[in-house]
Amino acid sequence: MTEPLISVRDLTIRFTTDEGLVTAVDRVSFDIAPGEVLGLVGESGSGKSVTAKALMRLNAGNTRYDEKSSIILNTGKEKVDVLSLKKPNDLRIVRGGAISMIFQEPMASFAPAITIGDQMVEQLLIHTEMTKAEAKEHSIEMLARVGIPEPARRFGQYAFEFSGGMRQRAMIAMALSTRPKLLIADEPTTALDVTIQAQVIDLMKDLVDEFHMAILFITHDLGVIAQTADRVAVMYLGELVETGEVRHVIREPHHPYTQGLLNALPKLDNLEAALTPVPGDIPSPLERPSGCVFHTRCPVVFSDRCTQENPELLKDNKGRLVACHLVEEKGVQAEQKSMTKATVKPGAKKKSGTKKGKAK
Amino acid sequence: MKKPVVSVKNLTVTYQIGHSLLGANTYLNAINDVSLDIERGSFFGLVGESGSGKTTLGRAILKAAPISAGHVAYCDGEVEYDLANISGTQLKDYRKRAQLIFQDPYAALSPRMTVRDIIAEPLEVMGLTKSREETDARVREIAAKCRLNLEHLRRFPHAFSGGQRQRISIARALVSGPKFIVADESVAALDVSIQADVLNLLKQLQDDLGLTFLFISHDLSVVAHICDHVAVMYLGRLVETAPTRQLFAAPRHPYTRALFSAIPSLDPDDRGKAQKLEGEIPSPTNPPPGCKFNTRCPHATDICRSEEPKLEHPGDGHEVACHRWRELLELVPA
Repeated sequence: MTEPLISVRDLTIRFTTDEGLVTAVDRVSFDIAPGEVLGLVGESGSGKSVTAKALMRLNAGNTRYDEKSSIILNTGKEKVDVLSLKKPNDLRIVRGGAISMIFQEPMASFAPAITIGDQMVEQLLIHTEMTKAEAKEHSIEMLARVGIPEPARRFGQYAFEFSGGMRQRAMIAMALSTRPKLLIADEPTTALDVTIQAQVIDLMKDLVDEFHMAILFITHDLGVIAQTADRVAVMYLGELVETGEVRHVIREPHHPYTQGLLNALPKLDNLEAALTPVPGDIPSPLERPSGCVFHTRCPVVFSDRCTQENPELLKDNKGRLVACHLVEEKGVQAEQKSMTKATVKPGAKKKSGTKKGKAK
Repeated sequence: MKKPVVSVKNLTVTYQIGHSLLGANTYLNAINDVSLDIERGSFFGLVGESGSGKTTLGRAILKAAPISAGHVAYCDGEVEYDLANISGTQLKDYRKRAQLIFQDPYAALSPRMTVRDIIAEPLEVMGLTKSREETDARVREIAAKCRLNLEHLRRFPHAFSGGQRQRISIARALVSGPKFIVADESVAALDVSIQADVLNLLKQLQDDLGLTFLFISHDLSVVAHICDHVAVMYLGRLVETAPTRQLFAAPRHPYTRALFSAIPSLDPDDRGKAQKLEGEIPSPTNPPPGCKFNTRCPHATDICRSEEPKLEHPGDGHEVACHRWRELLELVPA
């Protein structure tokens, strides 16, 4: 097996706030192989973006990473322990060097008073050895590559002169011009029309093949995931509840939350089917439920274990990981796996109602 | 036959976008010669890309955008209004009868008002209730209908999630007892898990209160599930309208087909099968001659580039504005 490009282990992220210590991400572990597209799905508030930003260390100053958390980036030349980076110069490797990011709202991600071209050149000068002239030439090439007509003229324009689809293309061109190993795409198509979304998805798929780059694709749209990702990871309230091959997870979701997300989607092949929402709302991170974090909304809560004991992520024979007591007891070939919340002692497993004041 | 609640005839909405000293002003037709009827008790869907004029049409029907030419008639069985020439007390009365639910539940609610005050505001502004007790009773009644916890009425909007906020804005829209509601992308900002809940609520309220909805959305799968009649817009024109089932079973306009095809399928094995639409919607300040869709249409011919197609009424309730739709049905079956 090839070595993973990036390897996240036991990532726990808390924020210090006026209301106390808030757990946003709780013992999340995953790998991304070179050239692999990992889809990260979940509702607002599930910790998707916070997890992704941790890879680039973009979370705000009140962020506390747990001692056990580790993020190892393997660039091929060296292994970088992302969480131990301190100096701004060292951080460049994860901020635009080996990892790039594109955001949901491209209008908000470009500086409004600087031309698109100048912004593209600026980051190339920082991250590569190119001269200004080379950087300009390369930027125009990249704009052409992502399908922007008249790239030389567009190079000198401002973000407001671009349409929504164009801006997202320019954003992708900019992110890819430094040839990152990993692209983090945070809801890149959510603000776009379906027709433009289809174009952008196509473009990203072509670019993955061409640049052999891995993508962490964050979205709440399972349809988009089905069309782009190789593997999918489902998050709920800061925890990973299910991961596996995209085919297996979407065709046969095991975790009740994944099932709920799929059932809530309006399907075009059966217009009669009633829409089934996941009941209730995602709880506030200040009031994390005890036991399984999903038990307050779960339709199949079956025993005290659900309300008291946090389920382990267990692996089935197809390599899928699911954190659910019901799946475990039904005997979906469960075996303890290294990539789980392994070392947690029974005492620590029981989460108290809130994490308030549990400062470390 | 029942009179439609809203009947739009040859509606055009024009904005002036530039002045010139020589008097050569530039105009933008946001809506161009649109006609449609919304039957009482229906859930009428309006779809199209950004820039197609969906929102402007919704606003013109609510008399919130200028009606430059054509007519919009409103008739709910109690009153009849000609919205192109409405003002004064009639307009005030119309505001009670037609309401709007906005897209973004985070921007639509004032952070400084309690939920109770937000829902009560229309009652106070319109002078619908005589005493505070009456207002409170009405707020409670409508909050319960929208499945809001009555305990929550004293709180401020920041304490609520997106789905709850959207239920608050629905309650505010319904408190004046309207008959006709424009829901402009009302579930677009919500998570799928919550979206289904809000859609079910809208549907239930429609049954309970006998409402008629104009549901504006860019999400075809949502429209397919909730609406009974759908109109598709492109660059300010109506290109196709039909009962939902008919439209989804056999779309006639190439644009509608492309929209369907662009919806990401849940089947990972469908990758790359979608029929892709090239390019983007043209600017309404400089629309192409002929059929407005010809710049992106895979089937465009000379006539499409020179002559604008009229909306055809083949008699089965499935209207379409395309020169070649009959040919295409045989050439490329949906």
